[in-house]
Parts: sequence; structure tokens; C-alpha cells
Amino acid sequence: MKQLINNHKPWLILLVLFMLVYPFIVGHSGYMVSIFVMICIYAISAMSLDLLIGYGGQISIGHAGFLSIGGYTVAILTSKLGLPFLLTLPLAGVVTGIIGLFIGLPAVRLSGHFLAVVTLGFGLSIPQIALNWDSLTGGYSGLSLMRPSFLSSDLQFFYVIVVMTVLITWLLHNILKSRMGRAFLAIRESEVAAQATGINVPFYKTVMFVISSFFTGLAGGLYGYWIGFVSPNDFTVVTSFLLLGMIVVGGLASIPGAVIGAIIFTVLPELTRSFVGVTNIIIGLAVVLIILFRPHGLISLFDAFKAKSKRKAGNDQDLLISEQEQGGTVKDVNI
Amino acid sequence: MQIIVSGLIFGCIYALAALGLVLIFKTTEVANFAHGEMAMLTTFVSYVFLTSYGFPYLVSLVLALLFATIFGLFVYFVFMKRVQSAPHLNQVVLTLGLFMVFNGVAGIIWGYQPSSFPEAFHGDPYEIGGVFISLNEIFVVILTLILMLGFFLLFRFTRLGLAMRAASQDTMASELMGIKVSGVFMGAWAIGTALGGIGGMMTAPVTFLSPNMMSEVLILAFAGAVLGGFISLPGAVFGGLIIGVIENLISYYIAPELKIVFVFLLILIVLYIRPQGIFGGAKIIKKV
Repeated sequence: MKQLINNHKPWLILLVLFMLVYPFIVGHSGYMVSIFVMICIYAISAMSLDLLIGYGGQISIGHAGFLSIGGYTVAILTSKLGLPFLLTLPLAGVVTGIIGLFIGLPAVRLSGHFLAVVTLGFGLSIPQIALNWDSLTGGYSGLSLMRPSFLSSDLQFFYVIVVMTVLITWLLHNILKSRMGRAFLAIRESEVAAQATGINVPFYKTVMFVISSFFTGLAGGLYGYWIGFVSPNDFTVVTSFLLLGMIVVGGLASIPGAVIGAIIFTVLPELTRSFVGVTNIIIGLAVVLIILFRPHGLISLFDAFKAKSKRKAGNDQDLLISEQEQGGTVKDVNI
Repeated sequence: MQIIVSGLIFGCIYALAALGLVLIFKTTEVANFAHGEMAMLTTFVSYVFLTSYGFPYLVSLVLALLFATIFGLFVYFVFMKRVQSAPHLNQVVLTLGLFMVFNGVAGIIWGYQPSSFPEAFHGDPYEIGGVFISLNEIFVVILTLILMLGFFLLFRFTRLGLAMRAASQDTMASELMGIKVSGVFMGAWAIGTALGGIGGMMTAPVTFLSPNMMSEVLILAFAGAVLGGFISLPGAVFGGLIIGVIENLISYYIAPELKIVFVFLLILIVLYIRPQGIFGGAKIIKKV
């Protein structure tokens, strides 16, 4: 196991280094930096959603609603109340977390399709409310917000987002490795068995929603500050579907999987932007093909590769541990 | 009263879309998010028959339903058969992927410009007890009721219905009992898609024909199906009708823009009190 961590560490350091020097590699191209920022924002959201679906077994197809709330929270707090950046960004997470609590409460009683429809309704409702609550959200025209002066340049804010992404990834990783993460896994595998072993199922289900929406709200807040403008059309139900696609295509119950999914689903639409109307077909086809031919997501490619090299070394025991450590394979999500 | 009646007619359209959804789910346990887009493609095909070939309405309806049947089989064989035993989330995401593909394909072939679609019956609206209702609307209501009753009886009293229920409960055991499960699934996909097609053709005169016409209908149909318990055909129709009426009442008395918010608030409340839906039957936890 120690070997495994040691094997991972250089890669992680390389990845973080790459993120730090990325703007210089692409020569400060605003477009490329912007794509990278969107990958970070979607990666945070996808990881949060993965905590809920992949690890906790609770479906949500309205996660874009939380992103919207996060964006609007920072916009409203900055433009109407004039609160400073250091306060608004955490508040974006807190407000979204409170709303996640309200969504999580009925989720305690619901499962499967019923939960799917409730969350779908939530995802549909948020843009509608934003559109019609003119006095607070500015309706169609949206709200614009200014970044604080010490973060005014895109490069400075790029590093804020990178640091936040790394921090949130680390936090989520630790939450999932903790006692709480094991409780989530137990609930996913069997609610009855989890209850029988003394896990407070309703409590942990609600906590799951709160944590997931908190981090998604932070991502929404970062988005608001990056673009400098929020509108009802930023995150629609299609975004929720894309988030769902990200975690399934990347690989459920796997943080690297969620990141891979976020990268694919941010870059693909950009690559196909020049062919109008083809974007949907290509994204759809990518999802369909990956589900048909790699049902455990792209991350399973790495696992297959690892298994091969491990088998050569004649060390199957290690693999078994590592797989359990990653939360096992998802047998079935309760939908 | 007029509001309630026109709500009921909208409800029938949701119910028609929900019927196919529930039929496919009840048999194959797949929640088909691409259902609306498949219905939309079927409607476009019937539109092509109507305008390019000049067939009468009934002929193009039958031809389009034939297309829907083949289309449903195609989707089943090419995509859904391979993931029949995969995790449910994979199935859902696969149908979402198909949703995007079909939507894009229709957009490329027919464009996003909405065009009008004829009704089944023309004629001035009748006035019954102070309520105006047109011949076409009566047709929609009667069609919905007949289809609901027909499929309810099919499920309850025929061998095929029994096979469908058995296949959904335990695929392997019913296969061992001599039921041709793949045949049953084929039937469910073919009939379900055709039902969706009927729903699409009833929707198109109201919303106009465009690649995005079914998205809102499908979401509300899904909501209606869930309200009814998702496994009950009368429940799907009943749920669809409730949604239609509530939606119309809210647009009239509160705010037309916020109808979707209130509809989902209502669903949330209903499901909080009765988590298995109105017609869902007793809640059983299968796996331990």
C-alpha cells in the first residue's frame, strides 16, 4: 500500500506543477486559460456529484441548480451588499449547503426515480426562479459583479481557482477516506445493513447532500467571479445532464474519473464548436460509446493496465487492497 | 371550469407520453430519457409523409407508428440490449446520450424552425355546459382513456401481460420458466415507442413541430409517471392529468412563468407524504 502511494505521489506533484505553469505553456492565451478554468469548475462539481452518486448511491439530476445558486449568491452579496471576496465565496458554499439541506431532507425518504424527479424539478426550477425574481436576481439581464482589486487580473484569479480546486480535491479525498466516507459506502451498498450496523442513515444522507451542494456552490461562486456575470441561462438542466455524463464516462466512485470526465466534457464542445449542431451528436455519441464499450468509465482503462502490470509482478493481493480502498466497484446505484 | 378542462386535455398529452415511459420501465426497468426525442422523430416522420408525399392523416399516422415500432426495436437491439444487466445509472446516462444524439440529428435534418402540424380532427369547438371543447380535444381524451384501459387489461389478464410482469420481476427466473424475455423486451420497446409517437403527434398541433418540442412535455410526463408510482399504467394517466390541471390552474391564478416550480413543489409534497407515489403499492425493500 505504501508503494502505491509512493507511486502516485510523483504524478500528483507533476500534475499540480503542470497546473501552475499552464498559463505560461499556452502563452497567456485567454481562451486556453478560460477552458482550463471551466475544467476546474466542472471538476469540482463533478467530484461533488460523484460523492453523492458514486459513493453515496443517491441520484441527483439537478446539480446545475446548486451551481446557479452559488453564482447568484456571490453576485447578489457583492453587488447589493458589497461584501468582500473573502466572505462571499465561503458564503456561496454555505448558502448552497443550506439549500442542499432542504433538498436532502426529502431525499431521506425518497430513492431511485422519485429522488431523480425531485432533483430534476429542483434543477428546472432554479433558472425559472432566477428569471422571475427580478428585484433580487435581475431577471433576464442577469447580474454583473466585480472582482476585488487584488485579484483583478485573470492570471491572479486563475491561481486562486487552481489552489481552490486542489484544496477541494484534497478535502473531498479525505472526507471519503474518513469514517463518514465509509458510512456513505455502507449506505450505498445496503441501507438496511448500514442501519443494522449502527449507521444513522437519515443523518448521513442529509450530510451527503449538504457536503455535495456546499462544494458545488463554491464552484458556482468561482464561476461567477471568473466570468464577472451571472444569468439564468448559465447552468440549465443540460448542465446537470453533462455533470452526470462526466462522472459516468470518467468512472463512478473515483475522483480521477470525475476529473477525466470534466476534462472531456469541457474540451469536446470547444473542439466541435465550429460545426454548428454537431456538438450534441458528438457528446451524445461519446457517452453512448463509452457506456457500451467501457461500462466502468474511462478510469477502468488505467485499472486494466495496472492489473496487467501487477499480475506480471505476481502481486494480486496489493491490487485487492487498492480496489477496496477506492470504494470498490459500484455494483448498482439506487435509481 | 374551462381552465380545469383544458388542463385535463394537456394532462392527457402528458399521460400519453407517460404511458410509453411506464410501459418500458415496467417491463425492462429502464427509465427512458430519450423517449420524448424518439416521439419527436416519429412525429417528424409522419410530417414528412403528410407534406412531402401528401398522404392523408390516418395513413401517415399508421406509417409513422410503423416507423416508431421499427425505431424502438432498433434502439433496443443496438443500444439497450447490451446494457440490460448494467447498473441502472449507466442505462439512464445512455438514454441521456441518445437524447442528445436524436435531438442533434433531428436538428440537422429538419432544422430548428418550428412548423405547424395538423390536428387529427378539424371543426369548431362545441359548448358543453359553458365549457368549450373541440372535436380534436375530445379525440385526445378518448384515445388516452382507451389506450390506458387497453394496456391495463393487457397487463392484468393476458399471457403476454403476465410474461411482461414476470420478466420485470426476475429476468433470469422467468427465462428459466420458458418466457422468451428478449421477445417480451422487444415488444415493450416497440409498443412503448409507438405510444410515444402517438403522444408526439397529439402534442405537435399544440406546441408546433420542432426538435425541442417534447422536452418540457417529457419532463412533465416523467413527473406525472412518478406521481402515479412509475409502475402503474392508470397511475401514469392519473398523474399526468393531475399535473395538467394543476399546471393550468397555477398559470391562471398565480403566474404562468412559475408553473414548473409549483408543479415540482407539489410533487415534492406528495412524495414526502407517500414516497412510493399515489399508485405505487406497498414499499418493499428487496435487497439487504
